[in-house]
Amino acid sequence: MGLKQNLHSLREKYKGTKMAPAFNALHTFLYTPNDTAHGGTHIKAADDLKRTMNTVIMALIPCLIFGMFNAGYQHYVAAGEIEAVTSGFFSSEFWTLQNFSLGFWKVLPILLISYGVGLGVEFLFAVIKGHEVEEGYLVTGMLVPLIVPIDIPLWMLVVAVVFGVVIGKEVFGGTGMNILNPALTIRAFLFFAYPTWMSGDKVWVEGAVQRTKEIANGSTADAISGETILGSLAQSHGVDYSVMDMFFGFIPGSIGETSTLLILLGGLFLIFTKIGSWRIMLSSVIGALVMGYIFNLVVAAGWITDTSKFYGLMSTEFWHHLLIGGMAFGIVYMATDPVTASQTNKGKWIYGFLIGFVSIMIRVFNPAYPEGVMLAILLMNVFAPTIDHYVVQGNVKRRLKRAKLKTA
Amino acid sequence: MSKDIKIKKGLDIKLVGEAEHTTENAIISNFYSIRPEDFHSIIPKLVAKEGARVKAGETLFYNKDNETMKFVSPVSGEVTEVQRGPRRRIDAIKITADKEQTYVDHGKFDLTSDAEKTKAHLLASGCWAFIKQRPYDVVAKADSTPKAIFVSGYASAPLAADLDFTLAGKEAELQAAVTALSKLTDGGVHVSIGSSKSPLANLQNVTTYNVSGPHPSGNVGTLINKVSPVNKGETVWTVNAQDLVIIGELLLTGKFNAERIIALAGSSVKKPRYFRTKLGSEIATMVYDNGVERDGNDRFISGNVLSGKRVQPDGYLDYYSNIISVIPEGNDYELFGWNKPVFDKVSNTRALTFSWLTPNKKYDLSTNMNGEHRNFVLTGNYEQVFPLDIYPMQILKACLYKDLDEMEALGMYEVAPEDFALTEFVCVSKQPHQQIIRAGLDLMLEEIG
Repeated sequence: MGLKQNLHSLREKYKGTKMAPAFNALHTFLYTPNDTAHGGTHIKAADDLKRTMNTVIMALIPCLIFGMFNAGYQHYVAAGEIEAVTSGFFSSEFWTLQNFSLGFWKVLPILLISYGVGLGVEFLFAVIKGHEVEEGYLVTGMLVPLIVPIDIPLWMLVVAVVFGVVIGKEVFGGTGMNILNPALTIRAFLFFAYPTWMSGDKVWVEGAVQRTKEIANGSTADAISGETILGSLAQSHGVDYSVMDMFFGFIPGSIGETSTLLILLGGLFLIFTKIGSWRIMLSSVIGALVMGYIFNLVVAAGWITDTSKFYGLMSTEFWHHLLIGGMAFGIVYMATDPVTASQTNKGKWIYGFLIGFVSIMIRVFNPAYPEGVMLAILLMNVFAPTIDHYVVQGNVKRRLKRAKLKTA
Repeated sequence: MSKDIKIKKGLDIKLVGEAEHTTENAIISNFYSIRPEDFHSIIPKLVAKEGARVKAGETLFYNKDNETMKFVSPVSGEVTEVQRGPRRRIDAIKITADKEQTYVDHGKFDLTSDAEKTKAHLLASGCWAFIKQRPYDVVAKADSTPKAIFVSGYASAPLAADLDFTLAGKEAELQAAVTALSKLTDGGVHVSIGSSKSPLANLQNVTTYNVSGPHPSGNVGTLINKVSPVNKGETVWTVNAQDLVIIGELLLTGKFNAERIIALAGSSVKKPRYFRTKLGSEIATMVYDNGVERDGNDRFISGNVLSGKRVQPDGYLDYYSNIISVIPEGNDYELFGWNKPVFDKVSNTRALTFSWLTPNKKYDLSTNMNGEHRNFVLTGNYEQVFPLDIYPMQILKACLYKDLDEMEALGMYEVAPEDFALTEFVCVSKQPHQQIIRAGLDLMLEEIG
């Protein structure tokens, strides 16, 4: 009684009105509805879409928290205020309140904007079109803060989120109908509309842009900058991060994608819960390793020398590619989006492999934008229905052949 | 001769309230009801008008498309009411039963007769209704010749009546029925059994298959798919094992005896057990005494919990079911039902659902949807519970957008709604799969026929 009963009467009151989807969205957040099965199966499994999406969010939370610490850490290291970590994942230099608080206050607005604007658009469309508010954005809203640079101006984020949700998803009919991964659509929009805020050596460390401006205005403070590893490699600069730094994630990059360790744990969690597709994750990793290895062989054969602009990335040891850039994050959380990925199990192998393969190819051959995984996934999103088509045709042909065999 | 069919994909849903192996005679029902909607796609032409007196086995109505196909009364008595729906569609034919039952004598049948005679006998005696066909999962067309006939002698659905128990001692009837049916096809009668103790295990003139694995291993659709899937232009027939008994008894004695042993099961039933009753009888004669609370908040299902029909407590046992399931209605809200850990419900994921920890636990599930209807989102989860060589999501979508060519290419001729019961159960988007498939089959039946 009490709250439950009151909400029930409100639900009945709003039933059939324009506001019903908006009210139901909030109501179902609190209570699973009292709807019962009518025809068909009279019992239903425990999972609904909210639970599915919630599982993905749970897998993302460690990346988010790590990202907050890392934002502060990168800032203070670049500014020369603290020493770089030396003693493994639990280094005391990294897990400090100072780091966290800087990161927290930078990331929180991004997170709020992402959810606020995105869900706002979702609610608006639900009310206009009279369908229920769907849960897809719960994950998208969490992904977005993790794949943008820390210093992204918030108004850009607003524009990008509106674009991503409307053009990436709602025009197709909402969650389940979209062709492109909405979070990546948002990122791609940012990247092509505001490239200076999405690449270079200034945007990955909090305060770098600001400091550059101050110096230009006559300030005597030291410049701070933080090149991503991919950026350095693309320009064939040396990299002064150890493999362990890359694996643990103590490197500059988008907010939540640096820690391969936590992404790996998140990925294992998704596979264990059977929410994420292990086929896509595994085949993407294989694809990336194969392409990386081919490039290593090319370098070993002497076809590419250190005078070539491709040398830096081509000569990177093939398995390092999994640790740097957004590769791991993309594979675990983006490529596995069930709506935009291949839907057949066989198709998932092909789809995943090509994502890994193409990611590394773009990385190496596109020095202006060395992060290939975003474009590779978007590209394969477009091809996923084609892959599925041919996989399904295999089944159709088998059926036709069976029929012919019978009549022959 | 017996072969093994072992399936891996599927899901056993273990529920509280399995029927004990004791049989009681149900209170003899005063009223019986035959609902033409049980015979999907048949348009009935009424023979027994209101007030008419019928014997058990006497024609109530026939198929408008085939006058020889009769549908008969399970009991003798008086037709007291013909309930009609919109456009004078016949919803139900209600019969008030006599105290003393009298039967039409269809005559002892010579089992060596040829196909034509066998067919005519089954059509005239009302036993044809038990023969269904695929494609379309409807009562078999009498003018077709099936490439084979399939019978599932193993029930794997949740709480299903144990056929080894309900059919025990009926070997003679079963044998007579399959002997007659084997005349109607060149491809033979194929029977699946769960164990060698099955009354169907030692039948002659059939091919038996030992099936094992999780549900839907006992579905006849799974058997067909593994033995001889339906191709375009082909037909197979299916008969429920318990209906073979009625067919067999008719052939042996000439009497249409609608008696059937059914299970009363489900967590709302105090003493789940078996009843001897007749098809079309009131379920109230079984469910209350020692069964279900009179004013409880329960769902009554004629059939199993996955594909049965919802009936009211004053409703009737449908023509093809051998179980009445009673489970609690789940029309209540659940606080934070979408994110809290779940221990008391079944799931095939591990998303804070823990049924994977206790594979042998029996669950008390209600009819709650556990979520709202959504677009198709998650992929790959249907395949885990779907053993047929068909792409379930793709065929469902083809049905939704009504692309007949694609439905045909993807295997629509092979399936029946019940094959999609498990995918519907696990669907996180809560899509009504069986309804979608039924609508798709109806569309094909109408357009292609």
